[in-house]
Amino acid sequence: MKENNGVMKGAEIFFECLRMEKVEYIFGYPGGAVLKLYEKLYDVDFLEHILVRHEQGATHMAEGYAKATGKPGVVLVTSGPGATNTVTGIADAYMDSVPLVIFTGQVASHLIGNDAFQEADIVGITRPITKHNFLVRDVKELASTIKKAFYIASTGRPGPVLVDLPKDVINSECEFQYPENVELKGYRPFFYGHQYQIKKAAEMLKNSKRPLLYVGGGVIISNGSNELRVLAGEHNLPVTMTLQGLGAFDGMNDQSLGMLGMHGTYWANQAVNNCDLLIALGARFDDRVAGDVLNFAPKAFKIHVDIDPTAIDKNVVVDLPIVGDVKHVMAELAAELTEPLSFPEWWNEINAWRDESPLEYEDGDGLLRTEFIIDKISQKTKGQAVVISDVGQHQMWTAQYYKFTHPRSFLTSGGLGTMGFSVPAAIGASFAVKDRPIVSISGDGGFQMNIQELITAVAYKRPVKFIIINNSFLGMVRQWQELFHLEKYSFTDLSASNPDFIKVAEAFGLKAFSTDSPKEVDEILDKAFEINDGPVLIEFKVVREDMVLPMVPPGEPYEKMIVKRLNQKSTK
Amino acid sequence: MKHIISVLLENRYGAFNRVATMFSGKGFNIQSISIGETEIPEVSRMTLVTSGDDKIIEQVVKQLNRLIDTIKVIDLTQTPTVIRELALITVFYQKGTRSEILNVGDIFRGNVVDINNKTITLEVTGPPDKIDAAINVLAPYGIKELARSGAVALKRGEQNKDFKKQTNYSQL
Repeated sequence: MKENNGVMKGAEIFFECLRMEKVEYIFGYPGGAVLKLYEKLYDVDFLEHILVRHEQGATHMAEGYAKATGKPGVVLVTSGPGATNTVTGIADAYMDSVPLVIFTGQVASHLIGNDAFQEADIVGITRPITKHNFLVRDVKELASTIKKAFYIASTGRPGPVLVDLPKDVINSECEFQYPENVELKGYRPFFYGHQYQIKKAAEMLKNSKRPLLYVGGGVIISNGSNELRVLAGEHNLPVTMTLQGLGAFDGMNDQSLGMLGMHGTYWANQAVNNCDLLIALGARFDDRVAGDVLNFAPKAFKIHVDIDPTAIDKNVVVDLPIVGDVKHVMAELAAELTEPLSFPEWWNEINAWRDESPLEYEDGDGLLRTEFIIDKISQKTKGQAVVISDVGQHQMWTAQYYKFTHPRSFLTSGGLGTMGFSVPAAIGASFAVKDRPIVSISGDGGFQMNIQELITAVAYKRPVKFIIINNSFLGMVRQWQELFHLEKYSFTDLSASNPDFIKVAEAFGLKAFSTDSPKEVDEILDKAFEINDGPVLIEFKVVREDMVLPMVPPGEPYEKMIVKRLNQKSTK
Repeated sequence: MKHIISVLLENRYGAFNRVATMFSGKGFNIQSISIGETEIPEVSRMTLVTSGDDKIIEQVVKQLNRLIDTIKVIDLTQTPTVIRELALITVFYQKGTRSEILNVGDIFRGNVVDINNKTITLEVTGPPDKIDAAINVLAPYGIKELARSGAVALKRGEQNKDFKKQTNYSQL
């Protein structure tokens, strides 16, 4: 226990706890139940409060901050609607293992359950979408609960933790002591993998002729990119990454096969289909990766390294599980491999697949395509930008065409697939990353889902490049309608109902550019990347009916992959 | 296959709810659930009866362990275990069937805990399959109301000798 700091009000204790946790930013929105906290916040100078325009924006901003830094993102909102508005962001963070601590106001303890004004059972509502949550019932529990919340959120497999603060708790007082340690009988994350299993994995690797590393977001979360570089680099191992894993390994390195799965590269998916040893590192065999779970990597002995025991054997049954922090397991695995390995024949096969069906798009016909734009952004930023995508076709093209060179560079909503993620998450990331360009990429649909946060970017002069890939369609849904739903384009055409994005930008006070010509892309990007004293919006009007390929149809084995489009749609 | 899983939980606000929410959220089936205090005041014991193939039961155990409030999870199915359930069964009687019903109660070592001019209430304890058997035999007489406690179970023999050491089993 720390020394006694005297009697304090709950609101003061709250901010002292945040100071002890070294919180730099809170993303929040005031309201009745948290007025006392905002009263105290008025005089707090050791952290900055970012005023959002909708509480969903606050949670996504906190996610952007947390994904970019690895530190927990902090949200403060009021009770009732303030709290329920955070739900989508919390669910998103839960799916993608993002550390968040969400503080929600609550009506006074004696009113709980009475349908009081702005009352919602947010602890009940968020129970299935948080790693853990708390209702603080006594001011004496406040400090220890906040300590636990930060500890749980940021250790093991990270995730969101919600702390519900009844109004009377923050108004009452007690002696403040911030605990140094957390005692939780039922929570002790695994850290080191089982020695015998790591040795066995090394043996398997030595005897393998066609090994493949399948890298997920866990490698980034555990800060294991260096260990991955050493393991893959010294032993000539091919690396394929999931959507969340992109950036864990240098995408410009020849050993990177790019992304695998539904919209993975042809050669990465062929490598999965033909490898004899698959080592999953901090990945969870999600259905968008595995397709047909019974026929995923059918020829391979499967090793699965994950810190979360529930991830093992959940979707795909594996042959050798290793529960532990993937960073340490990779280091220990590399230490077991004293002689460098090499797989020249396997690489010949992989490179033949690479040549057989490279990623390509139509170019030179004067029409603007997303792939071209992403390619350009990748070249211009030399893979150094932090790219925050939304959800849909542009997201998959970004994953395919942007060459990420560093971890924590591609922030995207993977598991939950939350449209409206990019705009606020990019703003949140911009508070964390100050020396690299911040590029938000959205479709015209998702952009409108948190469009209100543009004013937050303007107010805080965030140097975010907001890029809208506008095909006036909900493009990915349209693609599925074309392929699997009898070409019934039911409610996906926005051409008659999109706003004028340039006027929107002007109204919010952003500089804006728009074009539908490939020739102007360079110039516009150059101009936009020179603006660093505030946000800028770029609308790219692209061809309307392009498809993301290759594509493994949902639930199908990899051999059913669609590589080329058979019915070329007339574009425009 | 039926599994009996014993869970030691922090005796905290919402801990039981968290288990129930997890079961419904993951689509696991619960046949019975019972919860109560243990020898340690801040710990409660929950006994769950669930069913599923090995893969599902493995996930049930892992997901239970994953909850922050769970201290220990034991699948008792493969270990020597004492299992008891209590049932209160209220049965209609007519002239002539009263002694038959009392006889059935005796066979199942039940107690009569209530009687009026239409019904007899029997208390029967034992493993869940014994309760099932008693209910089957009594059903033809007409069961008015039935309440079952759900199974409670403890490992036979050396259980709980050193509770502190056992708490190290917790997982993420």
